Amino acid sequence: MAQTDPQQIYAQLTGIFHDLFDDDTIVLTPETTAADIEGWDSFNHINLIVATEAKFGIKFRTAELEGLHNVGHLVRLIQEKLAAKG
Amino acid sequence: MSSRNLFFLPKKNDWGESFAAARKLAPPLAASRLRELAGYDMDFVQTGQLDRALMKIADAARAAADAAPPVRLALLGSSTLTHLIPGIRVAAYRRGIWVDIYEGDYGLYRYELEQSGETSSQLAQFAPDVVLLAIDAHHAARGTPQEALADLSACWDFAARNLKCAVIQQTLLPVFPPLLGSNEHRQQTSPHYIVERTNQLLRGASALVNVPLLALDSFFQPEGLRAWHDAALWHRAKQEVHPAMTHLYGEHVARLLAAMRGRSFKALVLDLDNTLWGGVIGDDGLEGIVLGQGNAVGESYVAFQQYAKALAQRGIVLAVCSKNDLANALAPFTGHPEMVLRRDDIAVFTANWQDKPANLRAIAEQLNLGLDALVFADDNPFERELVRRELPMVAVPEMPEDPADFIWTIAAAGYFETTDVTEEDRARGAQYQANAAREAAKTTATDMPAYLRSLEMKLIWGPFDRVGLARIVQLINKTNQFNLTTRRYTEPEVERSMQQPAMLTLQLRLTDRFGDNGIISILIGEMNDDATHPTLVMDTWLMSCRVLGRQVEEATLNLLASQAGAMGARAIEGVYLPTKKNGMVREHYARLGFEKIEENADGSSRWRLPLDEFQPRPVVLETVAITEHAQAQGAR
Repeated sequence: MAQTDPQQIYAQLTGIFHDLFDDDTIVLTPETTAADIEGWDSFNHINLIVATEAKFGIKFRTAELEGLHNVGHLVRLIQEKLAAKG
Repeated sequence: MSSRNLFFLPKKNDWGESFAAARKLAPPLAASRLRELAGYDMDFVQTGQLDRALMKIADAARAAADAAPPVRLALLGSSTLTHLIPGIRVAAYRRGIWVDIYEGDYGLYRYELEQSGETSSQLAQFAPDVVLLAIDAHHAARGTPQEALADLSACWDFAARNLKCAVIQQTLLPVFPPLLGSNEHRQQTSPHYIVERTNQLLRGASALVNVPLLALDSFFQPEGLRAWHDAALWHRAKQEVHPAMTHLYGEHVARLLAAMRGRSFKALVLDLDNTLWGGVIGDDGLEGIVLGQGNAVGESYVAFQQYAKALAQRGIVLAVCSKNDLANALAPFTGHPEMVLRRDDIAVFTANWQDKPANLRAIAEQLNLGLDALVFADDNPFERELVRRELPMVAVPEMPEDPADFIWTIAAAGYFETTDVTEEDRARGAQYQANAAREAAKTTATDMPAYLRSLEMKLIWGPFDRVGLARIVQLINKTNQFNLTTRRYTEPEVERSMQQPAMLTLQLRLTDRFGDNGIISILIGEMNDDATHPTLVMDTWLMSCRVLGRQVEEATLNLLASQAGAMGARAIEGVYLPTKKNGMVREHYARLGFEKIEENADGSSRWRLPLDEFQPRPVVLETVAITEHAQAQGAR
């Protein structure tokens, strides 16, 4: 399904990152972590999750968020949620 | 139309491009352009963007906001408030007002206001025009409505006396699900009711002293109301309740009718693994299950247990039905410090390897209840389906995947609706009210010792252990303010310290009559090698600021002195290492009677307390070893 195409998810996610971190030069890769992006602290992490949920119309479980370790992982989670939505 | 946005403002399709262009302008021009852009519909991400752009050109933005003098706003509360700031600043800027914001330290609103008469008070130095008391419901509903009102009105007095500024009081958001249903007001101990009643009391009391309210409890209602009532349908068809909500309306009516016919559910039967705690007790063991503070998932399970306990207190019978060895299943009930439910809260405890329908039949029999009085909560879809097929009369809620949503699922289903509160409930409520009145009389703002005594505080201490490890590591790595050395350690490092005989490790838990505050203080000390001057050198002393002003420091010193003495120490040596955030403990050791033996140019200092003539500080807290506490709990 086109909606779960990782490239599209990366494109939409990149837009959220640009707006949240005021930096249009951010390029996301699966290996990107909080350490790579200035301003990605625990406070902005919550904003990132809330904005992502709103953008994709999904809701993450608390336990899923505890184990999140990089952007690739986040994209896989979004894919799973979108696929489950059908 | 998304109600999350500011739909009442005009939309601007090229807002993003205009915003990007505005940021590139010279500050005065950018400030006026951003003020224009603030007037359009936007979401919280755009609000954050706009706020950050404004803060970068704060001087120009302040000059552009010329509709009124700037406002100095102190935002105080007992939960996270940082995320509220951009929205306030941008909405004021939309109105041509610049707001300078002081954010109080997490959970310290009362302490900061009490101290605001001192010249050293950061709040007093900020000199607010307005204090916004943004108190959360979880904090306020720990006691009675009368106690919550007494606390807040004391805060209004402090602000008026010390700061001579206006106060805005936020009303409480009704975050708690009901325990009864439509007749919640008949259960005085229900947090849902306490919030509602506190809001009523606030409305009366605040008007008398001219404190304006921020009616948070009514903001969400229009959104909900729009689902329930459509003005257009009213005019067209005189339907007050929206047709699309009539199935829910019917549910609520039928629940009352069923309750009046004695047809509501009487017992909640709980699975254990991944229902009352995260993980599998048989595989993960006491130390491996996820339960309690230090972990958002663990806190969700604690909250669910608290809800179950509240149901039990209003007369719903609790039972356990788990596929487990009995000894494993019982272990957390007797041995896990974060368990809210204890063995004696459970009327029938079933843990074996038989199928669950058979066990549910046995439970119903033992309780002398029909199967149609049981609600069965289990995270496992397989078990739920099996019970639904075999025992269709048992109510089996569709438990959500995230334990954070367990409570609302049970509450929304309205299983335990009742119109009839038992005599016992009523008696308990009356007793509670009488206590509250006594406490309220005692708890004047100035009579702190009496207040502290009334809290019935217990400081429960023990060495580091594996069950507490996650919370211990979290405190070591997160505590910034009340932290003498701000030394950060990883989990393996903390684990190693548990095995060193020369190390003293202490974790302290504070309970009071409102409940358990969890682990609130951590100490690590190490014996020096000097046989002629055996000394315990403090590596770490930290405390959660939530419990400041409650004599925890003094009680901890008493404990530390006795523990150090038992290790053969003749003195305790303390170190203070300054950071940007820990100024509040610069004089910590001085306050506890230590003598300064060294002070360095970088602001760090060393302190010494000889133990030979040490006299324990008088405190109102009871200090209990974790082993004694566990015995007392087991005996309950």
